[in-house]
Amino acid sequence: MIAWQEPLVDAVYVVAVIAFILGLRAMSSPATARQGIVQAGIAMLIAVAVTIVEPGLSNFALIALGVLVGGLAGWYWARVVQMTAMPQMVAIFNGMGGGAAAAIAAVVLLGNLSDHTISGLALAGAVIGAVSIAGSMIAFLKLQGWLRSKAIVYPIQQPTNIVVLALGVGFGVYSLVSGLTFWLLPFFVLLLLFGILMALPIGGADMPVVISLFNAMTGIAVALDGFALVNGPLGDAGYAMVIAGTLVGAAGSLLTLLMAKAMNRSVGNVLFGAFGAVEETGTTMKGTMKPIEVDDVAALMAYANSVIIAPGYGMAVAQAQQKVKELADVLESKGVSVKFAIHPVAGRMPGHMNVLLAEAGISYDKLFDRDEINQEFPNTDVVLVIGANDVVNPAAHRAGSPLQGMPILDVEGAHNVIVIKRGQGKGFAGIENDLFYRDNTRMLYGDAQAVVGQLVSAIKRLD
Amino acid sequence: MTADLWTALFIGILTAFVGYEVISRVPVLLHTPLMSGSNFIHGIVLVGAIVALGIATTPLEEAIGFVAVIMGAMNVTGGYVVTERILAMFDRSKKKGGPP
Repeated sequence: MIAWQEPLVDAVYVVAVIAFILGLRAMSSPATARQGIVQAGIAMLIAVAVTIVEPGLSNFALIALGVLVGGLAGWYWARVVQMTAMPQMVAIFNGMGGGAAAAIAAVVLLGNLSDHTISGLALAGAVIGAVSIAGSMIAFLKLQGWLRSKAIVYPIQQPTNIVVLALGVGFGVYSLVSGLTFWLLPFFVLLLLFGILMALPIGGADMPVVISLFNAMTGIAVALDGFALVNGPLGDAGYAMVIAGTLVGAAGSLLTLLMAKAMNRSVGNVLFGAFGAVEETGTTMKGTMKPIEVDDVAALMAYANSVIIAPGYGMAVAQAQQKVKELADVLESKGVSVKFAIHPVAGRMPGHMNVLLAEAGISYDKLFDRDEINQEFPNTDVVLVIGANDVVNPAAHRAGSPLQGMPILDVEGAHNVIVIKRGQGKGFAGIENDLFYRDNTRMLYGDAQAVVGQLVSAIKRLD
Repeated sequence: MTADLWTALFIGILTAFVGYEVISRVPVLLHTPLMSGSNFIHGIVLVGAIVALGIATTPLEEAIGFVAVIMGAMNVTGGYVVTERILAMFDRSKKKGGPP
C-alpha cells in the first residue's frame, strides 16, 4: 500500500465532515445559510474527488461514467424545474440517496455474506434504503399529480404491509444464515414493495411529515452502510458516511417530529392512520357560506389598517405567489400594513410557503410563524385566506372533531375573513370547515391566481 | 465486533447529539433549505458508491455498484442545486426587503 494516499484521504474527509456540520449550523439564520451550503458543497466535491486515489480501487471508467451521467442528470433536472415543483424534487433526490444506499448494501452483502457483523449491518442499511427509495418515489408521483394524492386504502391494508415487511426481512436473514445470495433477490423485491405499500395510504397534506421522514431514513441507511464499510479495507469512507448519515438522520428525525407536532398527531398516526380517507359525517353546519364579489373585497382591503394573508397549498397549485406579491405591494402603497401568517405544515413540505413567497420576492421579515402572529388576529381588519383549509379550521378547537387539538392559525378572530377557494369542497382532511360558515367570513370563489389578479386591478381602480 | 466498529459506534452516537443540537433552533422560514440541505449532505453516499463499485469484482456487483454511483451522483448534485436555488431566493428577498 502506498503511504501518502490514506492520510490525504482521511484528512480530506475530516475537513469535509467539519464543513457539513458548520453548513447545517449555518441554516439557523438566513444571513449565513447560503454561505454554509456553498462551503459544504466544495467540501463534498473534494471528498468525492479524493476518494478516487484510495488504494485498491478499480473500475475507474465505470465510476467516471456513473458520476458524469448521474451528476449531469441531477444538476440539469434541479436547474430547470419550476420552484412550485420543489417538494417532488426533494422527494426524488432523497429517493436516489436511499437507492444508492440500498445498492451499496447489496454489493457489500454479495461480497461479505459470511461475515455476519458486516452483512447484518448492510442488511439493515438495505432495508431502510430500499423502503426510502420506494416510498420517496410514491411521494414523488403523488406530489407530481401522476398518482392520486388522497390516501389510497384497501381492506386489511396494515396487516398486508406487515406481512410483506416480515417476509422480506425473513428472506434477508435466511440469506445470511444459509449463505445463499439468491435469497437476497426476494428480500429486495419485497422491501421495495413494502416501501410502495407503506406510502400509498399517506395523503397529500401529510407530505411535510413524510418527506422529512424519508430524508431521515436515507441518512440512517447511509450511516448503516458506513458501519458496514468501516471494517473493510477502505474503512475511512465508512467513517465519513457514519458521520454525515447520522447527522442527517438526527436532523431529519427532529424535523419529522416538529411537523407531526404541528398537526398534533404522532408520526405513527401520520404513517398508518390513512388520514383523510374517510369523510366526516354527522356534523351539520349552522349557517351558510356567504359569497362576496371581488370589488367589495378590494374596497374592504384598500381601506383597512391591517391585512394578514394566510396562504396554503391552494396558492402553490394556482402558482399565485407573484400575484400575491403584487397585492401586498399595492396595499402597502395605500398605507395598509400587510403581514403573512405561515402555518408550519401549510403546503406539501416543511417551509413550503416561505419558499414560494421568497420566490415572489416578498421579504422574509413580513412572514410570521403561527406562534408569532396568532395573538394579532383580533386586532386585524382583514384576513385573506388563500387556498388554505385545515390549518385555519376552528373545528380544531371543537371536541370530537378529527382535527381536535391541532394548533391552527386563529384567523376567525379577525374583523373580516375572506377565503379564496376554488369551490365549495372540503379540505384534505375531508372535514367541514367551521370558518366558512362564520358571520364574519365571506367566500371569494375562483382560481387563486386569477382572483388575486382581479383584486390587484380592482384596488388600483379605487384611486 | 471489531475495534473499528466500536470506534464508529462512538462517533455515530456523538454525531447524533451534534445533529440534534445544531439544528434545534432553525426557524420555520428555513425548514425547506434545512431539509434539502441535509438531503444534499447524505449525498456522501456517492463516496460509498464509488468504493462499492471500485471493489466490485463480479459483473453483478459491478452493475449494482454502477447504479449506486449514478443514483448517488444524482442525489448529491440535485440536492445541492435545489438547496442553492432556494437559498438564493432568500438572499434576494433580503436585499429587496430593506428599509425604503
